[in-house]
Amino acid sequence: MSQESQRNIRCLVAKVGLDGHDRGAHVITRAFRDAGFEVIYSGLHKAPEEIVQAAVQEDVDVLGISILSGAHNTLVPKIVEGLQEYDAFEDTLIIVGGIIPEEDRDGLEEDGVDAIFGPGTPMEETIEFIRENVQPRD
Amino acid sequence: MATQDAPDLVDDLLAGKHRALARTITKIENRSAGYRDIVSALYPHTGDADVVGITGSPGSGKSTLVDKMAKQYRDAGEEVGVIAVDPSSPFTGGAVLGDRIRMASTSTDMDVFFRSMSARGSLGGLSTATADAVKALDAFGKDKIIVETVGAGQSEVDIVKTADTVAVLVPPSSGDDVQMLKAGILEIGDVFVVNKADLTGADKTVTELKNMLDMREADPGDWTPEVVETIAKSGEGVENFLGVLDDHTDWLDESGRREQQRHQRHAEELRNLLREDASDLLADELAARGGIDELVERIDAGETTPYDIADDVVGPLAECLEAQRD
Repeated sequence: MSQESQRNIRCLVAKVGLDGHDRGAHVITRAFRDAGFEVIYSGLHKAPEEIVQAAVQEDVDVLGISILSGAHNTLVPKIVEGLQEYDAFEDTLIIVGGIIPEEDRDGLEEDGVDAIFGPGTPMEETIEFIRENVQPRD
Repeated sequence: MATQDAPDLVDDLLAGKHRALARTITKIENRSAGYRDIVSALYPHTGDADVVGITGSPGSGKSTLVDKMAKQYRDAGEEVGVIAVDPSSPFTGGAVLGDRIRMASTSTDMDVFFRSMSARGSLGGLSTATADAVKALDAFGKDKIIVETVGAGQSEVDIVKTADTVAVLVPPSSGDDVQMLKAGILEIGDVFVVNKADLTGADKTVTELKNMLDMREADPGDWTPEVVETIAKSGEGVENFLGVLDDHTDWLDESGRREQQRHQRHAEELRNLLREDASDLLADELAARGGIDELVERIDAGETTPYDIADDVVGPLAECLEAQRD
């Protein structure tokens, strides 16, 4: 039987913590949609637990965290821990966008972030990275 | 977990693992290999949940109402599952699934399992996928399952019909009587919710709805649709609305309609599956004959007609079945 699989890349665009700037997240959400992804946008001011809940329940391939507040070193590890608790860390591609100082990058990647895209990254680059690196769900 | 076997996945789901439930729904949505075995294995564990369908025009307040419903159910100690269906682009397949953003009252509560689904524009398979996702939530042990969808188009109406009870949201002053008839919403609703009831025009909409409902043809013993008013944003009227949903559930049991509804649903499920399977069989057959394009080129060239080719392709299949039947 040729059961045709209908796979779409699912992505959660997350704003976490006390950071009220979501212009970038909106632009990314739209670009992902136009790339054919199914995008779930978290809304502003989410706690790490809310992001974890959404990522686990929605079974997203990609978790994109947008942080402009400088709190990435505390918020990102909390999200990673939460994902691990629900066995959702291994097969979720975690990318971070926003203002991340050069000296923090290695630390975040050690924590489990797969890629960091700073301001000015061409949208195609991010989309291409996702297409090449998502874990198969089937 | 990416390569987990179907039986393990079912075991984990029944054991209450959130990730297993999430992955099961993914497999159902993707129609991954083996998804049918999974749904089949879940089947015996279903039938305990009350399924409520919520539909209505964009901006009528569905998501906000669902949020308040989930909160009240949780306060009463019930476990809740929500499936929210949003449209997707017919061109790119992409979608922004925005209903989750309204689920503020129950965020971080893992016992509310909220899942966004996109209408992937697939062969009318969306209602099948939704119905199967409801089964997964049911088998997981959810007491109340809410299916939320934009009330535009036939496929959405089909999705909502997978629910035991259907609520239709009508915003105040949403047009004259003719609009309501045109949308065909009167036939599918068990409860009509005039949301944003604090806006002007709400009373008029309630009256119009009631008049329209009075005119519909009903058999004695049928459920009489109710019209309720809510202000989902503040939660006003939600308790009353849930009371009406309970009344409908009780009526289903007392009138014996639940059995009838189940029967119809099973028949519909079977029909959908058969249709899908048959069309897969024929797709294979077309591929074996050199692909659909080659056949269509012959039609383009005026050598034959779609009818002749269809007869030609289905003929052997029919003969084969006939021979087997004896």
